[in-house]
Amino acid sequence: MFGSFIKKSRAKSPWIMHFDCGSCNGCDIEVLACLTPLYDVERFGIVHVGNPKHADVLLVTGTVNHRNKKVLKNLYDQMPEPKAVIAIGSCGNSGGIFREAYNVVGGVDKVIPVDVYVPGCPAKPEAIIDGVVAGLAKFAQKVEEAK
Amino acid sequence: MQTLILVIIGLVGAPLLGGLIAGLDRRVTAWLQSRQGPPIMQPFYDVAKLFGKEKMVVNQWQILCAWVYLVAAAVAVALFFAQGDLLLIFFVQAIGGVFLVMGALSAKSPYSQVGAQRELLQMLAYEPVLILVFVGFYMVTGSFSIQAVWAQEIPLLAKMPLLYLALCYALTIKLMKSPFDFATSHHGHQELVKGVLTEYSGPYLGLIEVAHWYETILVLGLCALFWHTNVAWMALLIVVTYLLEILVDNTMARMTWRWMLKRVWLIGMGLGVVNLIWLYAR
Ligand code: SF4
Repeated sequence: MFGSFIKKSRAKSPWIMHFDCGSCNGCDIEVLACLTPLYDVERFGIVHVGNPKHADVLLVTGTVNHRNKKVLKNLYDQMPEPKAVIAIGSCGNSGGIFREAYNVVGGVDKVIPVDVYVPGCPAKPEAIIDGVVAGLAKFAQKVEEAK
Repeated sequence: MQTLILVIIGLVGAPLLGGLIAGLDRRVTAWLQSRQGPPIMQPFYDVAKLFGKEKMVVNQWQILCAWVYLVAAAVAVALFFAQGDLLLIFFVQAIGGVFLVMGALSAKSPYSQVGAQRELLQMLAYEPVLILVFVGFYMVTGSFSIQAVWAQEIPLLAKMPLLYLALCYALTIKLMKSPFDFATSHHGHQELVKGVLTEYSGPYLGLIEVAHWYETILVLGLCALFWHTNVAWMALLIVVTYLLEILVDNTMARMTWRWMLKRVWLIGMGLGVVNLIWLYAR
């Protein structure tokens, strides 16, 4: 019984951490807008934490470059399982308009596995919330398969 | 036998009630910010989720420290429900606090180190206030035992109103609310990230959360003792105190530790001492 309560709770309490891999700040502002009274993601139990050790979901905005790919990998490794990664905006998905630049690695999935891609430049808050919800369903499925 | 039943009620009921209070706290906070806020059961979901996460620790010390913190908080609540000795309760809860700091100090991360130092300063601020409150209990009832309180005819609030105010100061610090939330706070997104709790994750963070619920009940229980003659007034006193606590939390910014030590020692302990002198002179 307790096990199923834990499983149910996972989807009800996703703590998100937000990492900015050199975004233009457009996507970041949309992520933060989710926390304002207009969207109020805390309704769904989503809490914005600043610490990878407390986080369940990693939101990544911006293009990954050679300088910050190590940081991104490090943050990902510090998150305890089960976890999910959501790439936000064109930059996070593929490198966006910066993909041809010499310093750019590309999308987030070049460095760490990504569960959900949220499109847009910048991504809308509604799309981000949708992405988090889709990410939760995905990681519930992953946990199920692992057992 | 009756004591045993009370202890069991305390051990089981306190975390449930503490969790509900934490949930209500988030609802009221959201309401004050004209948001809707999470469901009242949210703290239970959070903790259940934490228990289901991977066990990741920096070193073995942290496991011990998290457990001792929880056990100390639970024992303090059990003693409280067993109508035990106030001084004993004080020492047991202080042990829990010390282990929380030790757990944070055992990790090398600067966030956790600074958090630990600040937690120590907070303890330095509220522990003397608590002791003064207990001395007040002794002067009124002639004993440190909680049982002696029930023998009183009139509520303690009439005899030690200033000590109650001082206890509210200690409550704000103990609940880690603004303006005293430097070691850690409910909103983890600040310059200290999460202070003492930075290096804890998964199930161990869950243990600490449960211990915090126990502590909330303990301190609110102490507040309730001030109006022991009537259950309705007791409940009203706690509700009003806690609502004020939330209001203060939402209207105040976080201050520096120097500010805290000055305020708490001057005003908190000052109120306490004035009340004690008054009790003595009567
Ligand atoms: S996707 Fe657009 S808005 Fe988002 S970081 Fe990239 S350029 Fe900025």
